[in-house]
Amino acid sequence: MCTSCGCGDPELVSVELHEKILAGNERQAKHNREHFQEAGVLALNLMGSPGSGKTAVLEATARAVGGRLRLGAVSADLATDNDARRLEAAGIPSRAITTGQACHLDAELVHRALHDFPWRESELFFIENVGNLVCPAIYDLGQAANVVALSVTEGEDKPLKYPVMFKAADLVLLTKCDLLPHLEVDLRKIEDALARVMPRPRMLQVSAKTGAGIDAWVAWLEERRPGAVPA
Amino acid sequence: MHEYSLVQELLGRVEDEARRHGATAVRRVVLRVGELAGVESELLATAFELLRGQTICKDASLQLETAPAIWSCPGCSRRIEAGEELRCTVCARPAELRDGGEAVLERLELEVP
Repeated sequence: MCTSCGCGDPELVSVELHEKILAGNERQAKHNREHFQEAGVLALNLMGSPGSGKTAVLEATARAVGGRLRLGAVSADLATDNDARRLEAAGIPSRAITTGQACHLDAELVHRALHDFPWRESELFFIENVGNLVCPAIYDLGQAANVVALSVTEGEDKPLKYPVMFKAADLVLLTKCDLLPHLEVDLRKIEDALARVMPRPRMLQVSAKTGAGIDAWVAWLEERRPGAVPA
Repeated sequence: MHEYSLVQELLGRVEDEARRHGATAVRRVVLRVGELAGVESELLATAFELLRGQTICKDASLQLETAPAIWSCPGCSRRIEAGEELRCTVCARPAELRDGGEAVLERLELEVP
């Protein structure tokens, strides 16, 4: 109560917090990250537009790895478990996360999915996010690295239009490169756009269809595995 | 559009803080939203209007401050302007985001009886 004049009005108390709005998610992500690190699992958050070829890249990854590494995945969509089924058919033990109306995964959704999935058996564990270049960018899931799939048909200036997503990326996979002969895409423009939004721009050209570039992608993954000897 | 889930989480956080201080109402919520925080201020304000109804924030005003993105060189501190390549032209080091990358709950004003 206001004690200065005895008027009975409530006292106004100012509380300084200075905490991130996403602090709760970041706590959960830290917890997930500890789980992954303790188990020696390399967890990757794979993001990109709907139809950018995220699932196709993982199918091609399974073909290229050919049983040398144990893979696992959770795959998020608003509806259907189609992607998880495709990954299972490609030999990647997978679980669907159906998000309903949610446009992104958060650390809690990933944590819940891990509870009933043998993720510890994976050496490479992919978290295929909801197809969306906006919302998933700001949610830490506990991954070791963020990978963004960008297909050659999406437009050279996509990175400039979605800077938050590309700022968060550790690697950009330029997908569907088998289409390049049929398109008028200037790769230098894509590289230039990335350099303006990504402090450490790194892009690999891949084609899930022909397998081109997939070995370089697998090598990038292997370099990041816990205990890997730096190349 | 993730602003609704952010506001839902924010309202829960404010509710906890208000209870901790024995407050009966929240007068003001002050947020600082960075240009590269991935949060749209207008949508955040709309979500707040829509969701605060049954909460302790029902009469609270939302004060949104914006923070521009500030990139600079970690070596020589040279400022790197928006739209430039994010690499220092002098030291060749990758730029660091100094400000504007986060959305922060800065301050609450609570009514304590």
